[in-house]
Amino acid sequence: MKGSLQSRSSPLAAADEQRRVLAAAAVPPFETALADADLHPLRATGVRVLQINVGKLCNQTCGHCHVDAGPDRRERMTRETAELCMAALESAPSIDTVDITGGAPELNQSFRFLVERSRALGRNVIDRCNLTVLLLPSQADLAGFLAAHRVRVIASLPYHRPAQTDAQRGEGVFEKSIAAIRKLNALGYGDGSSGLELDLVYNPVGAFLPPRQQAIEAQFRRELRARWDVAFDRLFTITNMPISRFLDFLIASGNDAAYLQRLAGAFNPAAAAGVMCRDMVSVGWDGALYDCDFNQMLDLTVATAPAHVREFDADALAARTITTGNHCYGCTAGAGSSCGGSVVP
Amino acid sequence: MNHYYHAGDLGRFAEMGKGNPELWQKFQEYYAAVFADGALTEREKALIALGVAHAVQCPYCIDAYAKACLEKGSNVEEMTEAVHVACAIRGGATLVHGVQMRNVVDKLSM
Repeated sequence: MKGSLQSRSSPLAAADEQRRVLAAAAVPPFETALADADLHPLRATGVRVLQINVGKLCNQTCGHCHVDAGPDRRERMTRETAELCMAALESAPSIDTVDITGGAPELNQSFRFLVERSRALGRNVIDRCNLTVLLLPSQADLAGFLAAHRVRVIASLPYHRPAQTDAQRGEGVFEKSIAAIRKLNALGYGDGSSGLELDLVYNPVGAFLPPRQQAIEAQFRRELRARWDVAFDRLFTITNMPISRFLDFLIASGNDAAYLQRLAGAFNPAAAAGVMCRDMVSVGWDGALYDCDFNQMLDLTVATAPAHVREFDADALAARTITTGNHCYGCTAGAGSSCGGSVVP
Repeated sequence: MNHYYHAGDLGRFAEMGKGNPELWQKFQEYYAAVFADGALTEREKALIALGVAHAVQCPYCIDAYAKACLEKGSNVEEMTEAVHVACAIRGGATLVHGVQMRNVVDKLSM
């Protein structure tokens, strides 16, 4: 796999260059589509999910990564900022779910503190897991830790066959991912009755939209059971966001214009009305607040509420106006896309 | 116009409705119904369409259904097999006409 955009000194490593490319795309401005759907300006409906991105360090360098994460990245959340996140959580009873992401979030020294404290506060916890991290010698007890704290694991597996998965995530990743799923299955994850939930994430291995979630979930379940004897609970489809490394792929392969037009042409008002940013807040590794993880990577902090976790104001955030741009077409195309899969049936 | 086929023409398909909107509307409704989930899934129908697109050698259809197959969750191995099915039928159709050739030869030969 290629290294991170930053390690390659790519212009697209800079958020402002990505924003420039997106703003110049030959599509109607996203705000026009929102206005046509009577959704402009887009407003939050509450704050139910606190998504914490603990940093860009990852043991993989996936070709589509919107974070530009990798082993070379050093940005990581400190214990002090993690404690500020937990103080914010304690102050906001409307938040029922803490969604921890990265990078590979488990590699952050405060990951287990965030899990333990969130659970002690009675909140649900999601670990956005790349699966292979579970096989690292330093993480030998990770699966047991996740199970002991009833953490819901949402894991990336873009396809049920090795070739497609490895093409996106790196040579040998599929085989390791299956080994990691077996490890989780052995603890009860994905068996449908233990209460330990293992969900998989499908995203297209290329410049096309995902299939209907229900249809591809059935295909994954059948193929993974028959060929690899592993189980999971639900499968979420996520559309590749045209930012960061996926934007780099789109430009390098000559698919950028057609992909943006495909997304814009598939704008779905019902998906726009249900986008995840309306009831979540995203925290960056340095404590800055964003409407979502994608805005975070584009350096678009929340605009109408205090924008750092030390000034966390749940009421102001629940009433905020959400910052949008042409990248938002990635969440509103077809059945829509969110961290919880498609937005509309 | 230096070429008979232009990739951009696929996006102009709906212009065919201008000559006869009523027939175009009927065709659109029929087309949508054909490709909806039924006894066969949308994914299976897209694979069949891909094979047929190769049999009729329509570049617009190949473009559209290669994308459609990916967006229905199929992979390149499945899509390649669909093309081989089209190839086998076309090849078989040629070969089976060889029986007619043999009939002619048998009738004329001593």
